[in-house]
Amino acid sequence: MDVFFNLILAILEEGFIYGIMAVGVYITYRVLDFPDLSVDGTFPMGACLTAVLISHGMNPWLACLCAFFAGTIAGGVTGLLHVKLHITDLLSGILVMTALWSVNLATIMGGKATVTIFNSNTIFNSGIAMLLPNAAAQFRVVILAAAVCLFIKYLTDAYLRTRSGLLLRAAGDNAQYVISLGKDPGSMKILGLMIGNGCTALSGSILAQQAGSANVASGTGMVVMALASVIIGTTVFRKVKFMRATSAVVCGAILYKACLAGAMQMGLDTNYLKLLMAVIFTIALVGNQFTLGRRKKQHVDPTRI
Amino acid sequence: MSIQQESKPLVRMEQIAKAFHPDEVNEVALFENFNLTIREGSFVSVVGSNGSGKTTILNLLCGSIPVDSGKIFVRDREITKLSEYAHSRFIGRVFQDPAKGTCPQLTILENMALADQKGKPYGLAHGVNRKRIDAYRSQLELLKLGLEDKLEVTVGSLSGGQRQALALLIATMTPIDLLILDEHTAALDPRSSETVMELTERVVKEKHLTALMVTHNLRFAVRYGDRLLMMHRGKIVLDHEGEKKNSLEVRDLTDRFNEISIEDGN
Repeated sequence: MDVFFNLILAILEEGFIYGIMAVGVYITYRVLDFPDLSVDGTFPMGACLTAVLISHGMNPWLACLCAFFAGTIAGGVTGLLHVKLHITDLLSGILVMTALWSVNLATIMGGKATVTIFNSNTIFNSGIAMLLPNAAAQFRVVILAAAVCLFIKYLTDAYLRTRSGLLLRAAGDNAQYVISLGKDPGSMKILGLMIGNGCTALSGSILAQQAGSANVASGTGMVVMALASVIIGTTVFRKVKFMRATSAVVCGAILYKACLAGAMQMGLDTNYLKLLMAVIFTIALVGNQFTLGRRKKQHVDPTRI
Repeated sequence: MSIQQESKPLVRMEQIAKAFHPDEVNEVALFENFNLTIREGSFVSVVGSNGSGKTTILNLLCGSIPVDSGKIFVRDREITKLSEYAHSRFIGRVFQDPAKGTCPQLTILENMALADQKGKPYGLAHGVNRKRIDAYRSQLELLKLGLEDKLEVTVGSLSGGQRQALALLIATMTPIDLLILDEHTAALDPRSSETVMELTERVVKEKHLTALMVTHNLRFAVRYGDRLLMMHRGKIVLDHEGEKKNSLEVRDLTDRFNEISIEDGN
């Protein structure tokens, strides 16, 4: 029973942490309709930057903030490549992802592939976390991860209801409409990519603090994981009326983590993890096509009133 | 008629040249030294066969495609070099495709709130200003389509005619210099296109707009507007206004079309 309990706890911890990334990718992929591959680079960037800053004694919350801003810059570069230099969305992401590998390895980590922060202050073992009663010690990580994740989720929800947020949604839905309103849809795309990658880097930052180390290679497969969370979440929970899409993608991330953990428990070799990630993603995509396909057909015939 | 001739020119297109597929075998020089002046307060209908350059005029005016040479002025301000979205600040456009003028994922209310903010910054204030809802509702009532009771409905679930009517309302919500109607009834069924066309005339009159309408519907071109242009191969082959326009009939237009076809040897 204890094993099972710990498993659930681990799933929730990681689910909430990756949920932050899922909210970010929801903005780029669902709201903006932009398949952003730079996520594979911004996630480890957030992790690496946080580990280096914390090991130099920076306040962990401040390090989180730095990671977020670094992510927004990377997302901004992806956006500029796409909007200003007219490089396709996929390629812009690949270019930034590739470039970030060197940035992470050489500039941030100073040539080291891994930086550990086991003995440093993280958000989980200092400051606010210590206010929690000792009895809840084993829930510290999950509580903080959930708090940060929900904070980001509510902030995103609130933003999407502002004027700027509505314009962002319009930019992804009908760019011509944004042009008609006298605004540049390209700028909105850049803004959305900045927010999305900022969330991704923050997610990496918090994972590094939970794991106690950061690795430049930790980004591989993040796109697949984030997109799978978004698609699983929005497909499974679409019917739930009171649930916002952002909540659905966080739940999607948790579900996805649960699937992986379940497979591992059944004795799957860890080396098959990425293969399994790809398989789950494929199933999610196909399942999504089924339901989406049906919804598309309901579109009104424009020739009838 | 006399009043109109005294009114100032709003739009001037001067010595416009535009070729498609330049430096290729299939180069088409559509406009060579094209000139057009639209006076303030006029409602101009443009007809012409496919490829005559009607829609190209609109695209050039809106900055959707660049001119090769020549200048375009609106209220004596040159707009030739402005980007497309910058044109939208003083030009409203309703497209042929009802899906283009509104945002399908957002509700009617959110669409109107966005349009209401045109020309002002889109900041972090709440997207929908609750105080404006009554104003939106009374605007929607003018459409007589019952949309005022569907404020929370997403626009994607409306019919083409409803969306086009809403698009018209949205395009004219904030003050604009010129309203461009790009075959805006072409994708609608006969009844809806009548409704939208009547609505167009009412909106143009009530808001004292200058309008430029491209249409394939000769009946609409004859019935609505105070000036009628017929285009052929990048040239204006017929330009009637005032009394002369009022006495025009659909048959005159079809006759003229046939003449052109015979000249072309078709």
